Amino acid sequence: MPRFRLMKPATTAALAVMAAGTAGAYELVIPALDFRTGPYAPNGIPFANGYADYFTMLNERDGGLCLKEGECAKFKIVHCETEYNTQKGVECYEKTKGEPPSGGLVYQPLSTGITYQLIPKASVDEIPVFSMGYGRTSATNGRVFKWIFNPPATYWSQASALIKYIGDREGGIENLKGKKIHLLYHNSAYGREPIRTLEALAKKHGFEFNGIAVDHPGQEQKSAWLRIRRERPDWVLMWGWGVMNQVAIKEAVSIRYPMDRFIGVWWSGSENDVRPSGEAAKGYLSGTFHARGADFPAHRDIIKYVYDGGKAVDPAFKDRVGEVLYNRGLVAAMWTTEAIRTAMKMHNTIEVRGKHVRDGFENLDVDEARLKELGLEGFTIPVKITCENHEGPGKVAIQQWDGKSWNIVSEGYYEPDREVVNRLIKEDSEKYAKDNNITPRDC
Amino acid sequence: MLYREVGQFKTSYAADQAIFPIAQDRWFVIGVLLFAFLVVPFFITPYMANAILLPFLVFGLAALGLNILTGYCGQLSLGTAAFMGVGAYSSFKLMVLFPELNLVIVFLLAGLITAAVGMVFGLPSLRIKGFYLAVATLAAQFFLVWLFYKWDWLRDYSLTGQITVPPSDFLGVPMTGSRADPAAKYLLALAMVTVLALGAKNLVRGRFGRSWMAIRDMDVAAELMGIRPLAAKLSAFGVSSFYVGVAGAMMFTLWLGAAEGGDSFGIQTSFLVLFMIIIGGLGTVLGSFLGAAFLVLMPIVLKNTMVDMLGMTTVFAKHLEYVVMGVLIIGFLILEPHGLARLWQIAKEKLRLWPFPY
Amino acid sequence: MLFFVETVISGLLAGVMYSLVALGFVLIFKASGVFNFAQGVMALFAGLTLAGFLSGTVPFTHQINPALAMPPWLAILATVGVMILLAILIERLVLRHLINQEPIILFMMTLGLAYVLEGAGDLLWGSDVKVLDLGLPSGASDWLLDNYGLYVDKLEVVAAVVAAVLVAVLAIFFQRTRIGRALRAVADDHQAALSVGISLNTIWAIVWAAAGIVALVAGIMWGAKSGIQFSLSLIALKALPVLILGGFDSVPGAIVGGLIIGVGEKVAEVYLGPFVGGAIENWFAYMLALAFLLVRPEGLFGEKIIRRV
Repeated sequence: MPRFRLMKPATTAALAVMAAGTAGAYELVIPALDFRTGPYAPNGIPFANGYADYFTMLNERDGGLCLKEGECAKFKIVHCETEYNTQKGVECYEKTKGEPPSGGLVYQPLSTGITYQLIPKASVDEIPVFSMGYGRTSATNGRVFKWIFNPPATYWSQASALIKYIGDREGGIENLKGKKIHLLYHNSAYGREPIRTLEALAKKHGFEFNGIAVDHPGQEQKSAWLRIRRERPDWVLMWGWGVMNQVAIKEAVSIRYPMDRFIGVWWSGSENDVRPSGEAAKGYLSGTFHARGADFPAHRDIIKYVYDGGKAVDPAFKDRVGEVLYNRGLVAAMWTTEAIRTAMKMHNTIEVRGKHVRDGFENLDVDEARLKELGLEGFTIPVKITCENHEGPGKVAIQQWDGKSWNIVSEGYYEPDREVVNRLIKEDSEKYAKDNNITPRDC
Repeated sequence: MLYREVGQFKTSYAADQAIFPIAQDRWFVIGVLLFAFLVVPFFITPYMANAILLPFLVFGLAALGLNILTGYCGQLSLGTAAFMGVGAYSSFKLMVLFPELNLVIVFLLAGLITAAVGMVFGLPSLRIKGFYLAVATLAAQFFLVWLFYKWDWLRDYSLTGQITVPPSDFLGVPMTGSRADPAAKYLLALAMVTVLALGAKNLVRGRFGRSWMAIRDMDVAAELMGIRPLAAKLSAFGVSSFYVGVAGAMMFTLWLGAAEGGDSFGIQTSFLVLFMIIIGGLGTVLGSFLGAAFLVLMPIVLKNTMVDMLGMTTVFAKHLEYVVMGVLIIGFLILEPHGLARLWQIAKEKLRLWPFPY
Repeated sequence: MLFFVETVISGLLAGVMYSLVALGFVLIFKASGVFNFAQGVMALFAGLTLAGFLSGTVPFTHQINPALAMPPWLAILATVGVMILLAILIERLVLRHLINQEPIILFMMTLGLAYVLEGAGDLLWGSDVKVLDLGLPSGASDWLLDNYGLYVDKLEVVAAVVAAVLVAVLAIFFQRTRIGRALRAVADDHQAALSVGISLNTIWAIVWAAAGIVALVAGIMWGAKSGIQFSLSLIALKALPVLILGGFDSVPGAIVGGLIIGVGEKVAEVYLGPFVGGAIENWFAYMLALAFLLVRPEGLFGEKIIRRV
């Protein structure tokens, strides 16, 4: 078995299928907008692997997704490389959306820019967009954004949950008064997401909030950290991406900022981000909504069926299965399959299309019991989506780097500050509805 | 044989001065335009529109704008993407402020605003030359992108950093937003590009174009001959930015529908447009479009060949695509430094005699 | 006051880091008039190759085979070898065929080269973040921080020393060696150099190899900060204002330019940034360079452009 693969495993598999004469069976098309190259590739690779491996594992283990015994449809993963570039993302979308037989069932754009591109297209093409926590936060309002789903928690929910965590660490939310909290953010739409929420929370709790922008790509952050050294904030939050994370963590270590008072967003909390600093970054915190590690039955099946079975897209990744971003791709795939399964049940057919999958998402309910059945007990939070609330729980856990691996340290998950967040969501989604002549539907 | 101008006599100055003095050229251009206007809209698919035709038209126009500045006037600029951004944000703001405004007027106004901004950033060109100027235009690139993020008014105070195009109609046909038909968008973009390209073709052979070329070939000599460098250079910056601004406005309203400062208008886009004019041919209008077609189509063709036909993994194909693109660019520069337009020229000369070269 | 000193020191040291990248640009521009935009990608490529040799990665497979891991000195030597080979290849396959072309064509050639190296680097070594562990010191200098409350990054001090050594070596090389003198002759006048029997091809290969080695140094220094990854290629953008400020063809210009840009942007960001929303240092560096250019259109130390009709 060659360890290195230039050719898609799917090709050989497809040939085999054709030879066996079973071609023409219904398949569930999952477009995978990966970015395995470009400045953000280190983050894109683990996610893309996790996302693809889960579907492949279901194909190999269960023969795809089954409505009932013997009535199954396999997943057909269509990879398309976006380089985290919006224009390439649009090309990928247009290329894959009509892929036979089912057409693209749901898109996971994995970039703020591409998500914004797809939002108006989704309703026209009748394909739901599952922007897992990223993209347009106010898409949470299902009455306006019928086709967009952003469970399990948005950036705004996360910002408010992180503030709650800080409140706990300070011995009560009322102790935040007079504290200084800085936000170090990637100067882009993504990085600026939490600012309004944090400003509103600063007003509510009486802490002092300051944003420090870091320009793309963020290799040079000396001045930002000089400011932090001078102003000595009590807490530093970080909305970083790509190389910015690694440099920021190194700089924090350099100026001896207490690492356990430095919290990253969930895109700033992976193995990649702390690896260049290693042991020295011990204590660094980040948000998350799932566990890390490969000790779950689902992971064991992935190793067994996908990697040992020679079906992996990236065979060299075997030792890294279970990394934070890998698990994030996996959890995205898990919710996606559950939504498709729900859609199959609702419409009593395996031949689902994008519009059915939308219904599936809107009735998605993955509770603890279901997670256990899937071999992912305790892996993530239960998610229940309704017509009105496309975000679901909005809860966030805190994980910490212990020098070797990431571990969840918060007791349970933090609830967002619904009062503040919902007000902002209402404001933004209503403006969008007004600008685009959308009449919010009734729920 | 096919391309023989023997027997085409000019009997008036007007005929001698026509844009396409040779009948075959004229018929060819008319044929292409008829095909583009009357045939393509009937079989256009969303994929063709969004992945090929609209990008081609938008980048073709932007390349034309840059070619006026770099190819005709000799001023190297690396700030094209930021000027496209100025066009995009201006069109957004205009559409929000005046929802009833006709889309074509929005484009033209956005172009004018960009022209004004371009002329301001063109001022240093009077003193700074060559690569020093190129790097100085990067100041515009970085400053403007920073401003797009910084200035909330420009984004209509949206909570997010993104701008999304409001729905609007053109002559009663929905043109932007989710209801717009790809064919309608394509036709509007095509009409804009056709008119502006003909305008450019005329401009570059008139007084302005000649003064630009004089400056390009040797600015000191041009000055001595009575061409005012201030007027020539600033007009080149102005006209070039106008075209680039309209391209940016079309990119945002017709093609993408949503945009973000650094993502859509980052420096890599500036380089892409520069590639287009060099591969297409510096100082030719046709070359701008050939270059745009080449660089829009090439990655798609490479990707489809390598991934769909040869069955490579997407990531391997992507990395190989980089290598192939680089090799192609270098190969082009070695084999034909004057670009695709020159190849076209050579082909036409060959066609004169073909198929009986002796 | 102490904070201001700290800001200035940080700026000076950051400036040295920019100069390291700018030096490579200057070398090539001086000897061949090529504005080598691929310098940043060369730094990335050198860094990736070094990291690959250090960890024992098997090219193309991205698998790590510890048996192949080289000790640092050998890995560095091997990488230098790769960069020299690359220079020879570039000269043979590309430069040789582009003699006498317009500067803009040569500039575009380097952009094409950047694509090739980017793709090749990814194909050979993979696009993950690679940790570069050469045992370079990092973090704040404890002694200064504890005794004087002054924050100085040790890595950047090392970078400054390396830069000083590099400039000294380059100066000796240019002034004292046979090849160095030939290089200067080529820089002054291609044709005159040819007529006295200097081979342009050899000189170009040597210059590109030297630039490759400078790129390796820059790759090591920047890579130690962030790990080796694609973004490393973008440091070229930080070196450009340094270049135009100092002048494209001046080695001292690259150093002085770096120091001015470094201090200027840090002071602006720290003292001016908070009032205008921050993240101004990127464009401020360019604006600062532009302001200098308006006074001296060919940079501080650049050769005066004489225009004749």
